[in-house]
Amino acid sequence: MNSLYYQKRLLRNIGNKFFTSLSVICAVIAILPLIFLVTYILYKGGSQITPELFTLEPNPPGDDLDAGGINPALIGTLIITSIASIIAIPVGVGGGIYLSEYSKGGAFSKFIRFGVNVLAGVPSIIAGVFIYALIVSTKILFGSMYSGLAGGMALSILMLPTVIKTTDEGLKLVPNELRYASLGVGASMYTTILKVTLPSAFRSIATGVVLGIARAAGETAPLIFTALFSYYYITGFGDLFYEMGSLAVLIYNFALEPYDAQNKLAWAASFILVLSILSVNIFSRILGAFTEKTKRV
Amino acid sequence: MEEKLTLFKNRKRFGIEKNIDIIFKNTALVLSSFVAIILLGIILVVFFQSFESFSRYGLKFLVTSEWNPVKDEYGAFTAIYGTLVTSFLSLLITIPLGVGTAIFITEDFVPKIFREIIGSFVELLAAIPSVVLGLWAIFVMEPFFRAFFVFLHNFFGWIPLFSTEPTGRNSLLAILILVVMLLPIVTSIARDSLNQVPKKLRNAAYGIGASRWKTIFSVILPAALSGIMAGILLALGRAMGETMAVTMIIGNSNAFSWSLLSPGYTISSMLANQFGEADGSQVSSLFYAAFVLMILSLVVNIFAQWLVKKFSLKF
Repeated sequence: MNSLYYQKRLLRNIGNKFFTSLSVICAVIAILPLIFLVTYILYKGGSQITPELFTLEPNPPGDDLDAGGINPALIGTLIITSIASIIAIPVGVGGGIYLSEYSKGGAFSKFIRFGVNVLAGVPSIIAGVFIYALIVSTKILFGSMYSGLAGGMALSILMLPTVIKTTDEGLKLVPNELRYASLGVGASMYTTILKVTLPSAFRSIATGVVLGIARAAGETAPLIFTALFSYYYITGFGDLFYEMGSLAVLIYNFALEPYDAQNKLAWAASFILVLSILSVNIFSRILGAFTEKTKRV
Repeated sequence: MEEKLTLFKNRKRFGIEKNIDIIFKNTALVLSSFVAIILLGIILVVFFQSFESFSRYGLKFLVTSEWNPVKDEYGAFTAIYGTLVTSFLSLLITIPLGVGTAIFITEDFVPKIFREIIGSFVELLAAIPSVVLGLWAIFVMEPFFRAFFVFLHNFFGWIPLFSTEPTGRNSLLAILILVVMLLPIVTSIARDSLNQVPKKLRNAAYGIGASRWKTIFSVILPAALSGIMAGILLALGRAMGETMAVTMIIGNSNAFSWSLLSPGYTISSMLANQFGEADGSQVSSLFYAAFVLMILSLVVNIFAQWLVKKFSLKF
């Protein structure tokens, strides 16, 4: 009779309690760093934010008490990520269209899909090394060595797998009936893709692409010896062919400086970088959840 | 009758439209092959650039730790050892934490909304740039753990791993920051594969009287093992290639030491530190080191993909 009741001291019940609390501890340990990190960056970086930060050049490290601003790095990040997007998005979307719409699951598409996964796993610094060998050391871009353009190219290598993958997967989710209907009324293949399939997958592709851009914006390793760093304002188109600063490299360089003013600038740059990346992530997550709900209805 | 005729008249596509169709398809084909071209390009370029160093030092490069631009002697043993030690040890810490968190998220200990929040929190951690984590590691983690490291050295100094006096940045800090970076990867992949285990299996196990954790250990985890393994391998590849946070906190010293409390080096931090200023045969040696790193991460990645393909269709 007794055995029908829950017995606390039974080995299996003690074991269950033990492992449950263990997994709770794991989850707590996993979340703690994020909370610490985000609050610390918001607190430490947020207190450094001033209007001058966005308009001034950073001062070269030295005994000056004032570190200046991060304007060139901020603009540089925008430019370099734009270059990367301009290269990676057309190539990636085109490649994704081929994989999902044209390929028939043969050896070629299998190889490309495999290549996409492998490329996604290539360490980001290797992309920098590759562009260094291909573009920086050969001075192939009109004789310029380190340049914002080279940095953008290095980042585009990192973005490419993400864009292809999201396009491929987004297009796969489009129901075949839509394609049949379009082809059935006499549309050609490219009209079907451009006017029917791609628009209906637009939102999921856009979400993935934006997340890819956000990731690229924070990448440092491919930039430290392709775009290098610059302390000066970006004034014109020609600056694309010279060293270009970016928020990520600014954080790296100034974190290792022994001067407090530079370290503070690094915190401020982290604040801006993390805030923008996190808000893009949260926004796209909400958007994704929203579209999922509307689709189910 | 007339209407039908006009319909048939328009049935044929214009030549130009056909051509556009063909051009469109071929453009897409070319664009998709870019991936293969870039991948092959990376492998070939890095290999050929490292050729000079490769023919000069051969495999000796991998086992000697002399790195001396003045004497032109190069060996990457310290960096390779550092890469392997930091990635494997960080994985060793991450696996139980990540899988434990994934179990917590997939079981119904707390209401679903909390679990989803925790899940997306952990995934947001993956979005934080590694250079920011490095900054945080330098200014927050290092001072925080300093006392702990001194304690480790005083009480476990007889173990070679803790045999040196801790002085600021060291390999152990790099391992800890890697744990923070790998946790989201392992957790989210483990969660996905745990979620994919059919409910029937769980119900069957409960039905014959298994307790919750008996079910998890003997039914759910084995069923999700291949996915979890693949996630672990992906995390391993990531750990090997991770550059910024590690470079900022590992201390960058090429002097070889068994101790985790001494400054170390990884291949990627060596590249990040020296590539900008290197010239002559040092560049070639750095390319050689990059080639080693690439092969390591390629092997891990391809193995992970093979694992997924081989075991993913079990249910």
